[in-house]
Amino acid sequence: MASSDDLRPTFFAECLDLLESLHEGMSFIEDGSGDDETVNIVFRAVHSIKGGAGAFGFAELVAFAHEFETVLDAIRGGQLAVAGEVVPVLWRSVDLLGDLVAAAQSRQPVDATRSERLVAELSDLAPGSVVPAESSTTPPEFEAIPFEPVALALGTGDSATGDSDVHVYLIKFRPLNALFVRGNEAAVLIRALAELGELSSRCDTSKLPGFAEMKPGESYLAWEFHLKSAATLPEIHQVFEFADDDCDLEIVALEPAEHLSSVFAEGQVPAPSDMGAEATPPHSPLLSAAGPPGPSRAVERTEMSARVPAAAPEKSIRKSTIRVETGRVDRLINLVGELVVNQAMLTQCIQESGAGDERNISAGLDDLKQLTGRVQDSVMAIRAQPIRPLFQRMARIVREAAAETGKIVRLETTGESTEIDKTVIEQLADPLTHMIRNAVDHGLENAGKRNSAGKADCGVVSLTAAHRSGRVIIDVNDDGSGIDRDRVLRIAREKRLVAPEENPEAEDIDALLFLPGFSTVDTVSNLSGRGVGMDVVRNAIRALGGRISIASKPGIGSTFSVSLPLTLAVLDGMVVEVADQKLVIPITSIIETLLPVADKIHALGAAHVVRIRDALVPIVDVGHVLGYRDRRAGFERCIFVLTETDAGSRCVMAIDSILDQRQVVIKTLDDNYGGVDGIAAATILGDGRIALILDPGDALFGGSAADATEFNLSATG
Amino acid sequence: MQQAVNHATTDDPNFVTFRAAQQEYCVDIMSVREIRGWSPATALPQSPPSIRGVINLRGAVVPIVDFNLRLGYSAIDPTPQSVIIIVQIAAQTIGLLVDEVSEILNAGREAIKATPDAVQSADETFITGVITLEDRMIRVVNLANIVPGTQRVPA
Amino acid sequence: MTRNVLAVDDSRTMRDMLCIALNDAGFNVEVAEDGEDGLGKLRAKQPDVIITDINMPRLDGIGFIEKVRADSAHRTIPILVLTTENTPDLKSRAQNAGATGWIVKPFDQFKLVAAINRVVA
Repeated sequence: MASSDDLRPTFFAECLDLLESLHEGMSFIEDGSGDDETVNIVFRAVHSIKGGAGAFGFAELVAFAHEFETVLDAIRGGQLAVAGEVVPVLWRSVDLLGDLVAAAQSRQPVDATRSERLVAELSDLAPGSVVPAESSTTPPEFEAIPFEPVALALGTGDSATGDSDVHVYLIKFRPLNALFVRGNEAAVLIRALAELGELSSRCDTSKLPGFAEMKPGESYLAWEFHLKSAATLPEIHQVFEFADDDCDLEIVALEPAEHLSSVFAEGQVPAPSDMGAEATPPHSPLLSAAGPPGPSRAVERTEMSARVPAAAPEKSIRKSTIRVETGRVDRLINLVGELVVNQAMLTQCIQESGAGDERNISAGLDDLKQLTGRVQDSVMAIRAQPIRPLFQRMARIVREAAAETGKIVRLETTGESTEIDKTVIEQLADPLTHMIRNAVDHGLENAGKRNSAGKADCGVVSLTAAHRSGRVIIDVNDDGSGIDRDRVLRIAREKRLVAPEENPEAEDIDALLFLPGFSTVDTVSNLSGRGVGMDVVRNAIRALGGRISIASKPGIGSTFSVSLPLTLAVLDGMVVEVADQKLVIPITSIIETLLPVADKIHALGAAHVVRIRDALVPIVDVGHVLGYRDRRAGFERCIFVLTETDAGSRCVMAIDSILDQRQVVIKTLDDNYGGVDGIAAATILGDGRIALILDPGDALFGGSAADATEFNLSATG
Repeated sequence: MQQAVNHATTDDPNFVTFRAAQQEYCVDIMSVREIRGWSPATALPQSPPSIRGVINLRGAVVPIVDFNLRLGYSAIDPTPQSVIIIVQIAAQTIGLLVDEVSEILNAGREAIKATPDAVQSADETFITGVITLEDRMIRVVNLANIVPGTQRVPA
Repeated sequence: MTRNVLAVDDSRTMRDMLCIALNDAGFNVEVAEDGEDGLGKLRAKQPDVIITDINMPRLDGIGFIEKVRADSAHRTIPILVLTTENTPDLKSRAQNAGATGWIVKPFDQFKLVAAINRVVA
């Protein structure tokens, strides 16, 4: 079909949505919270995928979808109950359907044995209700036309016209009332008939009552037609395809002799329908039908131009959406980033020129700053999507992992509608998969051990996502046996990762898992294999500008907590000066700024701490630790900035002065340089110079190894 | 002064030649993105001495390598005549701070010879060969080694 | 004179396909995504012919046809059912509801237009 290639992306995008609602519906059905409408939704999702697949000729997809649909139909019709072994088969069907869609999209072949096996299981579930599949891969035919074979006139009768394919047909047609009820129209049918050849007609008006007695909706007329046409009998029947239940119809091919004898001599009566039909063209005694011009020409056109209609904005009940190419969104985000820099530059120039004191100008600048910020937020939100599809993928990972390890596992998810930048979601898939597999493989005990520990057979892995203080927090929790700290420490000592005399705290032992090459598994399991350690996961999380930490209680379970920035490209920062260098501290980590008070500052060995309310917080001489200058003699002439990270580590940064507070565009150092201790990324200030952004979670500022952040932002380049 | 470099296609390789510590060096023009004047770089903490810092190149953060210092000579004291050659090394963009750029040289491939023993061994890691032209010996820079390799700090 | 078609289907892909096929053939196409939406579009502008799917949320094809026929203004609009289904039971239900004709998906562009030409002038 012309333009079907243009519609492939539409179809596959729609499949993604349908698979998502399929997942959701199946989850409700599985935990019993579904109702009739849920089953309908699930049925329709498979039905729609089948329908579209048929149009594109994806044979395997259609075939499997049909089997799946049949079973779902039995469920919605009440012939099959959702119980016991039905649910796993349905889930496997959902997974296979997704795989078949993906295979169709990437034009890859599919493993037929998997489909066959599942089809066998499906038909076991609902025997007898499996209707023979329609052959959707063969060219579509309209419904079979019932007709009686008629003796055809063979021979030389048509030599008069010189065309042996042309027959003359006698057609008797009497519409019944029902014909009009169903929206058919005699005049339209007659015209369609006329297009097939030369038509002559005689109308039988014998049943026509007087005008006063005429009832609308009743049929009084009948016709007898002679059609000279090269069309075949089935083709003529097809004209009446929709109407043949609602009329008396007889079509006979005539012998040549019969034809000659039935030329009508009497005048013909034009036969418009009485049912408010459109005005029909005046009939002449012999209707000549030489292919009338007009819309019907479209049928004869063999050359179709591939016109692509403009993307029609879809109006859905819930919300209006449009499809936008991601490249455009990325360019927009970059431009808005430049806008932010420009606004900062302008503000700085104006302030330096002194005009910034003028009330109108400063108010205007403030407004500009607000507006720019809001534009930026809106633009970043464009790429934000619910994390739901990712969680659904994880559900499948759990199912597969459970099957492979022979454990009984359930996945609970919360916060599926939490929105995250699309690129982040894509890059989260791998690390999340590793964590889930780890949870099932290592975290959870098998049923036997769980029972002796007083736990239920079924292990629970829970996945949560939420927004918290400007970041996205994703937790992977299992209710398994927790981290075996003795074992971890022992292996760490064997690998010389921990010195023999060191006695790390519990949290630090847990953090050892993040070291490269660390694997506590003696036997290489099927899933986690070798070398896919938590260090790989942590690097992936860091590449997204996030952090990962772990918490564990023996016998109770473990939780991996991932913290990601909401918006990758910008940051609210406080611009400070240290040793003539301008640096930026992220606002989200600043608790407060203080002036040093001598009697609150104490020396602890070589380090200094300051008493803030009831705590003693370490002071970091920023200029010194970053190598700009030697250690400060005293803290009299500096300013203290108290910072705290997500993980709770605090420090007081000693800086020279505070310059400004503004939103900055984050520029990565990774592309062209690499990581720098204590530094998260860079930014470009109003004067065009680069300023470094501090990372309060870095070890330099007292954060633990698990705390440090890297911003890697390919979006801003 | 700022020029983008036009990569004209000829069979013979083209080189940008420059001076550093009274020697002549050159880089393959295909790696050169642009040539610009000196602008102050923002210092990077804990960086190797030959890394002067980073500059803003139309929104990108580009590290600047003091070529002289890198080769073991004394550091360049930037003047308005100093030049930064922006080069692309695989996926990395960096700037080379040099004393001055001489010319663009078109040399036949046969002109590149192996580095003679006379050239100081310290230079070997940074040189892939030499081009002899009349009485000049122009050292061809090995860009792959020019960036001090310890930036990728395992964090 | 350009003829107007109302195409009702809950599949975005199918709606796009019908638009392309019928625009190409010179029709004006209005789309709706289920029976309720279809009724709304119908009230806004009366088409010359309606093409509808069967399986749709909110108001399915059969229900939609019944409601269309219940309104005297639309008693005689030709309604063609376009669906993958092919069971006699469903067909007679559609017929009883007042459907004019039945076309099986996947559809051939030419045949679809030919079918429309048989029910609309």
